[in-house]
Amino acid sequence: MESALVSGIHGLFLGVLSLGLEHVIMILIGSLLLYLGIVRGYEPLLLVPIGFGAILVNIPLSEMMDEGGFIRFFYDAGVRTEIFPLLIFLGIGAMTDFQPLLENPKIILLGAAGQFGIFITLLLALAVGFDKLDAVAVSIIGACDGPTAIYVSSKFAPHLLGAVSVAAYSYMALVPLIQPPIMQALTTEKERMIVMGVVRQPISKTTKIMFPIIVTVFASILAPKGAPLIGTIMFGNLMKECGAVDRLKRASENEITNIVTLLLGLCIGATMEADKFLRGETLLVLALGFIAISLDTVVGVLFGKLMCLLTGGKINPLIGAAGISAFPMSARVVQAQGQKYNKRNHLLMHAMSANAGGQIGSVIAAAVMLSVLQGMGIVG
Amino acid sequence: MDNWTFGWTLALIGAGGTMLVLWILSLLILLIRKVFPYQPDASAEKKG
Repeated sequence: MESALVSGIHGLFLGVLSLGLEHVIMILIGSLLLYLGIVRGYEPLLLVPIGFGAILVNIPLSEMMDEGGFIRFFYDAGVRTEIFPLLIFLGIGAMTDFQPLLENPKIILLGAAGQFGIFITLLLALAVGFDKLDAVAVSIIGACDGPTAIYVSSKFAPHLLGAVSVAAYSYMALVPLIQPPIMQALTTEKERMIVMGVVRQPISKTTKIMFPIIVTVFASILAPKGAPLIGTIMFGNLMKECGAVDRLKRASENEITNIVTLLLGLCIGATMEADKFLRGETLLVLALGFIAISLDTVVGVLFGKLMCLLTGGKINPLIGAAGISAFPMSARVVQAQGQKYNKRNHLLMHAMSANAGGQIGSVIAAAVMLSVLQGMGIVG
Repeated sequence: MDNWTFGWTLALIGAGGTMLVLWILSLLILLIRKVFPYQPDASAEKKG
């Protein structure tokens, strides 16, 4: 009886006895993510479940991510299979209006320039010692696109999924702080004051319907490994534009996206186990992610300057900063910066075109990367 | 393949390929806009 009592009491305190400093640090990091999401309003839909998942998985003996564990079940079903990020893309496609891009298609090139941070960061990641596929996973933070970052890192470097996802979503939320100093440093006051004409090109419904179909077929043939990414975002957009499947469109942008966002966030948080997250490698991932997103802005603005030069000063280089996937946040940053120097300057629609280009650009960049990796024999 | 060959190859083909694909997409958008031009709603015109 006495030994049973002792064993029982020991069992009661087993969690406390197993609690280490590393668990406390991770619980504090999870709490910080909750604070950023709840109090500061930084990407709350992702940071709240990620923060809570990080807390749950770091409670000693909770076995959340052990075989058969509560979160492990969803991780195996949705993250390991890459289904969750793809379902999120379905919702993004259903929510995105590509009309500004269809009105002014040459601006899509800024969406390509805004991805160059990925490729420069790849070289930096290799230089600091990451192996090939880890470097690919780290560099994809430069897509400035959460689902793409999750898709690629869960495919090639699942051990970095937590760090990559936290970096991608945190820096996306910090775009209004990261971009303006770079935009100011790389442009002259005269360039920032350029007023762009209004582009009013009416677009037919048939064009809007054909666009996602043509993008899917063309881009998937060129980069077949990226077909799931391109296909889901474009299928979502087709549902939005065709007007024939309104219930499916609403389900994609609401119920499916909400449920998947919740489970995906918890799963990402649950990859932040102390022994995997508290490493020098994580700090490097965070630093390289910051560099990647900064470089996207640098190259985007420089490309905007080039377009400005080639068009005889008709394009305001600031819109180059919106060639990333953080939609519509970076377009709003461009509008605010433009108005700061010229109150009559309304860059929003032009920046939205670049931003929509950035959304397609990030998916295409990932698709091209996957196909090149396959071509090089690095992945099967 | 060493890391540098891998990195430079992926960076150059990746960046170039992304730019090329998006440039062709911009041309395709112009093409579908020409093939399916905007036409004001005929029924609305009749009512007007």
